[in-house]
Amino acid sequence: MSYDKFITLTSTAVPLPIENIDTDQIIPARFLKAVERKGFGDNLFRDWRYDKSNQPIADFPLNQAKYSGKILVGGKNFGSGSSREHAAWAIYDYGFRVVVSSFFADIFQGNALNNGILPVVVSPEFLEKIFATIDADNNAQFEVDLQNQKFTIKATGESADFTINPYKKHCLTHGLDDIDYLISMKEEIAAFEK
Amino acid sequence: MEAKTLFDKIWDSHVVKEVEGGPSVLYIDRHFIHEVTSPVAFLGLEKRGAKVLRPEKTVATPDHNVPTINQHLSIKDELSRNQVEMLKKNCANHGIVYHGLGTEGHGVVHIIGPEMGITQPGMTIVCGDSHTSTHGAFGAIAFGIGTSEVEMVLASQCIMQPKPKKMLITVNGQLSKGVTAKDIALYIISKISTSGGTGHFIEYAGSAITSLSMEARMTLCNLSIESGARGGMIAPDETTIEYVKGRQFAPKGQDWDKAVAYWKSLKTDEGAVFDTELVYDAADIEPMITYGTNPGMGIGVSQSIPTSDGLAGTDKTTYEKALKYMGYSEGEKMVGKQIDYVFVGSCTNGRIEDFRAFAAFVKGKKKADNVTAWIVPGSQAVEKQIRAEGLVEILEAAGFELRQPGCSACLAMNDDKIPEGKYSVSTSNRNFEGRQGPGARTLLASPLTAAAAAVKGVITDPREFL
Ligand code: SF4
Repeated sequence: MSYDKFITLTSTAVPLPIENIDTDQIIPARFLKAVERKGFGDNLFRDWRYDKSNQPIADFPLNQAKYSGKILVGGKNFGSGSSREHAAWAIYDYGFRVVVSSFFADIFQGNALNNGILPVVVSPEFLEKIFATIDADNNAQFEVDLQNQKFTIKATGESADFTINPYKKHCLTHGLDDIDYLISMKEEIAAFEK
Repeated sequence: MEAKTLFDKIWDSHVVKEVEGGPSVLYIDRHFIHEVTSPVAFLGLEKRGAKVLRPEKTVATPDHNVPTINQHLSIKDELSRNQVEMLKKNCANHGIVYHGLGTEGHGVVHIIGPEMGITQPGMTIVCGDSHTSTHGAFGAIAFGIGTSEVEMVLASQCIMQPKPKKMLITVNGQLSKGVTAKDIALYIISKISTSGGTGHFIEYAGSAITSLSMEARMTLCNLSIESGARGGMIAPDETTIEYVKGRQFAPKGQDWDKAVAYWKSLKTDEGAVFDTELVYDAADIEPMITYGTNPGMGIGVSQSIPTSDGLAGTDKTTYEKALKYMGYSEGEKMVGKQIDYVFVGSCTNGRIEDFRAFAAFVKGKKKADNVTAWIVPGSQAVEKQIRAEGLVEILEAAGFELRQPGCSACLAMNDDKIPEGKYSVSTSNRNFEGRQGPGARTLLASPLTAAAAAVKGVITDPREFL
């Protein structure tokens, strides 16, 4: 699948200060019935965003006009539970390119990277700082510099380094995916099978 | 020679290539697919003009979406029907074996693999479903993957994966009466939390583990993912070999002897190093039940809901949110709480032993009037066995009706949805908000604890009856 190349991004951020946000919340199972990867953004956090009669729930951050941006900031253990890649598709489709947390579940992290979303792991203290910064100023800007692996709070200049696998970094910055790479390995795979 | 763990031995023998500064290219022996996470992978494949490299190594079955009554009729929900038909079509186009609804091989993907002998020790096994960890019970490296990775495996029979860290969990001693593999798993997750295993692959060992049946081992390994681990595994032994022997796809004749010799070598060497080691005493484990909205929020059924003392910040708000969703308060006792639904089934507890345990418990008793029970076998083979053993009669005499195989109320993609606000004691694996239907409240427990709740109509300690 192709996605936009990722280099640097400066944006405001949307806070979700909840821990263990599982992929059933990111996209509930009843919305997994599509056979194409389109339109999942509408149902991102569906049951937290809308009530039974499909009315927006006012105090959910995604429904609050004061919050916007391409960065989603979540509590620790983000993306636990089901392996559904629909969770990453929904986040991307909604318009987020970066998810920040102090801890990600493994499968979600892999799915995010395979779909052009950068998961940024920061320390629990730095995460609290980000939440506090957004709290103090909803329009606070953050910079994500993939090249230098740095996440910066623009207002104070405070920054945190994050790690990313060099191969994955290469894929993200070039908009490449693993599948073409694997297909190109046909002969090595055939040799291995012997 | 360097001492290796069971995990290392299997992993290392499947690495096709180490990518510079990147993940390993890992060869996959078996790939299971179902209707929900595969259509976009096939679509991607077609867009690239690629073919399925080794169709004979992929096995398909529709399970997530299917109804559990009247399976002979066409599926009513249009979107569900479309997904199931798409899977069938994709399999036909690419030469993949497809076990359709109502056929002998149909069932929840993690139940049919072991049943048919497709799952074997020493293999690498993946599926676009996180509970693929189930197959680790055979001493295989088995883990859940996303749809992009399903496409990778279809296209290349390989996947790109960083090598996880290794964790050893030892449970020593003898389990008490009424304590099952489900309780061991919920106990461990309550100790290490839903992120305690993240980044790791678990090996389970110790006398309490090696004395488990294959069914029980599958339940335990199934729940590894709920601790955040990629998977869990148990070294193959006589119990494993006995189970695999004679199954449809098990090796035969000389191949069998060769396979057994290899399987016997699959154990962690003395002195091999794990990144994390944990030890528990089986005697400390009691029948477990969850009270919150993730599988780590579990306690012994006789206990009270923990207080939020000592929690602060996001920890505290998260805890309060969970209890509010459940309609519970800190410090309350679990025993005696009203319930509305009981679900027995799923890839966690949908195997024959689970129905035997449930039926033995309810035999001669009656289902409580306030309880709606869904008893859903994990596969056609399980259903057949339930009937052959006369369990249906026992269940029916006690007021329980057997449904047809599928994932059912485990994730409620079909019609089996728990209504908003209702309490469901469920043998499945996730108690997330809305997992069993919008607003549904799930209490995870073993088939025994579910049986006790079903006959009493309230949360009950099954040991009262044993
Ligand atoms: S039974 Fe539940 S956990 Fe298992 S495969 Fe089906 S939906 Fe997934």
